[in-house]
Amino acid sequence: MADLRTNIGALELKNPVLTASGTFGYGEEFADFIDLNKLGGYIIKGTTLNPREGNPYPRMAETPSGMLNCVGLQNKGVQYLVDNIYPRIKDIDSNLIVNLSGSTVEDYAKAAEILDSLDGVKAIELNISCPNVKHGGMAFGTTTEGASQVVSAVRKAYNKTLIVKLSPNVTSISDIAKAVEASGADSVSLINTLMGMAIDAEKRKPLLSMVTGGLSGPCVKPVALRCVWQVKKAVKIPVIGLGGIMNATDAVEFMLAGADAIEIGTANFIDPSTTVKVIEGINEYLDRHNFKSVKEIVGALEV
Amino acid sequence: MKKQLKGLTVKSIEWLSEVHILLKLHDEANSMPEVVAGQFVEVKVENSQKTFLRRPISINFVDYKENDLWLLVAVVGDGTKHISELKVGEKVNVMMPLGNGFPISNSTEECLLVGGGVGIAPLLYLGKVLKDKGHKVTYLLGSRNAKGVMMMDEFKKYGDVLLTTEDGSLGEKGFVTNHSIWNNKKFSKIYVCGPTPMMKAVAKVATEKNTECYVSLENKMACGLGACLCCVTEDKNGHNRCVCTEGPVFNINELPWQI
Ligand SMILES: Cc1cc2nc3c(=O)[nH]c(=O)nc-3n(C[C@H](O)[C@H](O)[C@H](O)COP(=O)(O)OP(=O)(O)OC[C@H]3O[C@@H](n4cnc5c(N)ncnc54)[C@H](O)[C@@H]3O)c2cc1C
Ligand SMILES: Cc1cc2nc3c(=O)[nH]c(=O)nc-3n(C[C@H](O)[C@H](O)[C@H](O)COP(=O)(O)O)c2cc1C
Ligand code: FES
Repeated sequence: MADLRTNIGALELKNPVLTASGTFGYGEEFADFIDLNKLGGYIIKGTTLNPREGNPYPRMAETPSGMLNCVGLQNKGVQYLVDNIYPRIKDIDSNLIVNLSGSTVEDYAKAAEILDSLDGVKAIELNISCPNVKHGGMAFGTTTEGASQVVSAVRKAYNKTLIVKLSPNVTSISDIAKAVEASGADSVSLINTLMGMAIDAEKRKPLLSMVTGGLSGPCVKPVALRCVWQVKKAVKIPVIGLGGIMNATDAVEFMLAGADAIEIGTANFIDPSTTVKVIEGINEYLDRHNFKSVKEIVGALEV
Repeated sequence: MKKQLKGLTVKSIEWLSEVHILLKLHDEANSMPEVVAGQFVEVKVENSQKTFLRRPISINFVDYKENDLWLLVAVVGDGTKHISELKVGEKVNVMMPLGNGFPISNSTEECLLVGGGVGIAPLLYLGKVLKDKGHKVTYLLGSRNAKGVMMMDEFKKYGDVLLTTEDGSLGEKGFVTNHSIWNNKKFSKIYVCGPTPMMKAVAKVATEKNTECYVSLENKMACGLGACLCCVTEDKNGHNRCVCTEGPVFNINELPWQI
């Protein structure tokens, strides 16, 4: 049994496996299938200061080896989370991480301040990269200035671990990562979904209500691996890798490319017990290759 | 009710029409969980280049004596085609039971169960449960032609069966809403599953007759667990409701249908 513990800034994880926001609900939805206490951390649904209805149906289109979504951050707002959901999930013996979105710098900062007061919230993952919201969201994540602005504001309002989630829909993801690091982020996670689109040729109509949406699943994995590899070389803060991880081998590949921890997203839809299987599989890999600690494989790619 | 992942074995697979199969899945290890009629399962499709997500399929019947789960599947695309190519003895990974199911009254009622196309699927088990609880069951099943009429012997076990076909080849000619039963009998509850235009047409009649009416929606789903919010339907108040957990069954009063 290898040592699976790892760190994201000041945050200690019992293992490097987290859940990707928007694919794991509030964790509770998966309680029948896995022991949530086993997770390194659970990153919950994208939350905004005010409630959002999200986009109209249809919000999902299947693609070869993946899917597109344009859910658009449907959630009941941060106060509802604090009053109604937080009390139910705060005692899970794992790290509760809230994925936070916004359309103005002020909204981000206000919501972060509210979350700062909750002992059970161990970190924020700042979503500056959602492709499904008209105003803000990705706008912040696609320029170094925008990214710096929102990260600096949240850094002032929030004292615990601050993870910033990056969009792959940019010219240089390393430049954004550097800007975010300079503005006080403790870690970066990547990638969010890739902007894509699907068409019904017979009806001459788009398959998504918003025409475009975010691509996820195994089809994005090569892009995600490349992004992690580039960003790891650009920053000193820990990197969290995700995008198309379906099993432990995929997870190990991300760690070899430089990820200190990983997130499981779309795979949860195919097999709701993927997270636990990946934890077991990483351990098996480490034992088989005689590694004592999971930290030994981070960035261990031989090129 | 705990949701579970089950590895089931194909016990039989039978073509009921050119496009419909009846799949009987057997659990060798554990007993079938308790289910509410109208709940569904998510079937994992193996070895397909195109189909990535699980496919939601209604629970057609649970045979607790045999420990079997029945699924009635219309082959419409790649995923259902792969399901139809399963062989006896092969394993199928199924997540179940999902969704809310049809509400059932405690006092004895006259129930009309209206199905169209493959939408008849969940009504078989619903009829059984209703009958077991002492309700009076009438099925009104519609299809395009006589070839689409399936599982009659099964349906007849639980209630009277009335049929409509669009070409008049079996039962009364026309749509389910054209059937003479609507003028001849009063029901206290109507349950509907089928294509959306059919459900809307029945909902209109139910509203005119002031009868409580439930419909089962078939929105596209990704997780089936309430985690992704891909499957939502807009309700009467403009809120997006999760079809896989708050549904698939809704009272027509909750929906914004113009009726
Ligand atoms: C709660 C629920 C219960 C269901 N119960 C049954 C059942 O008992 N038996 C059964 O045969 N089917 C049922 N369905 C529908 C079934 O899930 C779809 O037909 C199936 O997912 C299609 O997969 P495919 O890969 O074969 O087709 P695809 O290749 O995905 O699609 C083929 C065609 O079918 C259409 N289609 C796909 N999904 C749906 C859908 N959900 N509703 C309407 N049209 C669709 C597509 O637009 C396309 O034109 C149910 C759906 C839901 C949500
Ligand atoms: C249905 C759905 C909803 C998502 N919602 C969010 C969200 O609210 N916030 C966020 O940062 N990312 C969201 N994502 C992106 C995922 O967290 C993840 O970055 C992406 O799906 C790539 O990982 P994967 O291929 O493992 O799914 C969502 C993805 C999906 C499929
Ligand atoms: S399909 Fe994911 S929430 Fe309904």
